[in-house]
Amino acid sequence: MSMLEVKDINVYYGSIHAIKGISFSVNEGEIISLIGANGAGKTTVLHTISGLLTSTTGQITFMDHNLMKIPAHKMVTLGLAHVPEGRHVFTRMTVKENLEMGGYTLPKEEIEPLMEEVYSHFPRLKERESQIAGTLSGGEQQMLAMGRALMSKPRLLMLDEPSMGLSPILVDEIFSIIHSLNEAGTTILLVEQNAQMALSIADRGYVLETGKIVLSADADELLHNDMVRKAYLGG
Amino acid sequence: MTFLQFLITGLSLGSVYAIIALGYTMVYGIAKMLNFAHGDIIMVGAYIAYFAMGKYNLPSFVAVMASVLVCTLLGVVVERLAYKPLRKVSSLSVLITAIGVSYFLQNGAQLLWSSAPKMFTSIIPADTIKLFDGQLTVTYLSIFTIVVTLLIMVGLTLFVTRSKIGKAMRACAEDKDTARLMGINVDTTISITFAIGSGLAAVAAALYASAYQSISPTLGSMPGIKAFTAAVLGGIGSMPGAFLGGLLLGVIETLVKGYLTTQLSDAFVFGILIIILLVKPSGLLGKRYVEKV
Repeated sequence: MSMLEVKDINVYYGSIHAIKGISFSVNEGEIISLIGANGAGKTTVLHTISGLLTSTTGQITFMDHNLMKIPAHKMVTLGLAHVPEGRHVFTRMTVKENLEMGGYTLPKEEIEPLMEEVYSHFPRLKERESQIAGTLSGGEQQMLAMGRALMSKPRLLMLDEPSMGLSPILVDEIFSIIHSLNEAGTTILLVEQNAQMALSIADRGYVLETGKIVLSADADELLHNDMVRKAYLGG
Repeated sequence: MTFLQFLITGLSLGSVYAIIALGYTMVYGIAKMLNFAHGDIIMVGAYIAYFAMGKYNLPSFVAVMASVLVCTLLGVVVERLAYKPLRKVSSLSVLITAIGVSYFLQNGAQLLWSSAPKMFTSIIPADTIKLFDGQLTVTYLSIFTIVVTLLIMVGLTLFVTRSKIGKAMRACAEDKDTARLMGINVDTTISITFAIGSGLAAVAAALYASAYQSISPTLGSMPGIKAFTAAVLGGIGSMPGAFLGGLLLGVIETLVKGYLTTQLSDAFVFGILIIILLVKPSGLLGKRYVEKV
């Protein structure tokens, strides 16, 4: 049985029909990539899973929990963490405080060891511990946003455009961290415009176009698919 | 020496504005709304303290605590009933609702307690300290007011920087959706903010009513709107700003009354509001945050 099962969701922004009957699944241990152009609905899908948006139809199930009946602030306690597009670190709080917020639902004594674990993935955050997050570089903010999500000990980590606005070297660094997190047992749902990178580390992928899934296959297969190559991989 | 006298009086008055402004600014920071009914919570607080002391003969400290309790509950109830249902509509609707709540509380008070002013006995003895051969007179109330305000400011600062709930409040103030993703219950956090702001209003009420010794159902509107001015002056959303703005406003008001004109002192105060809005809308300590997309 899959860890996350999204079945026939429809999401509207006012009269705009943003998500048109999407279904997909994520199995435990996998890296799944949702790729697609700007405006295809990738972020909307993640927001709907997290409960920040609601679907008018269908079902979202995460490890036997019906997510559509659970408020957004309870998701994290189920083991579902979401790193939003554009990082959304708390810019007026320190790096340490941001990480504390990531572990908000956990008892106090668990915070310290988890923070050390996050610092082991992102040593640069340790150096910047007491710095205000708004003063970090884009790459450091991305690391902080991911570290903050890891503070909740997620079973499933949803990442929205982690490569956005980063230099190629940093993109490589972030993706190798994603890969090692997965090796360590975290299931990953990755939303990316950088299809090449996203598919190269994924097990399977889904291609989104104007609110619909138009293609789904193993990541290798998608990397060699003519349509995907033309539309997302630059020929 | 007169200047020093005015300064102390001004700091004492400004302290009351600062306490009220802290409530305004905290609620604005988190709920992004101007709670124009905040002044009327002060009025309710003054009446509760009045009845607790006058009718039930409670010691003033206990009376003030009772008033804090009632106002805290009132603030939370008002938020739940009047503002929470409007969380997703335009801020104009919320603003109009807040004005509606303000009238509701004022008229409710008139109905319950009549519009005739009542004598309020100061919560602390009306003694004074004379300094410099009697040239400088400082009331106990002035000193008490300033000390209480300093304690509140220090306490609140520690609360928002150190405590878990305080940090959650700052997270909500910055980004509610992301706060939700962290597992923070935003509704509860907003309620707590209203509770704290309204509780502070009750403290301000006791100090304000002790200084003027008369209370009426419209008592809250003037200090309310002045505290709002103080919050804007300091930079709305900023706690140190509210504190500084409150003190400054109190001192300016007292100096204008002392040296220039008593009748036009309020005009000066609101003139400051207009100037700030024109010259530095973000206030003295407020920062304009650029939205990063």
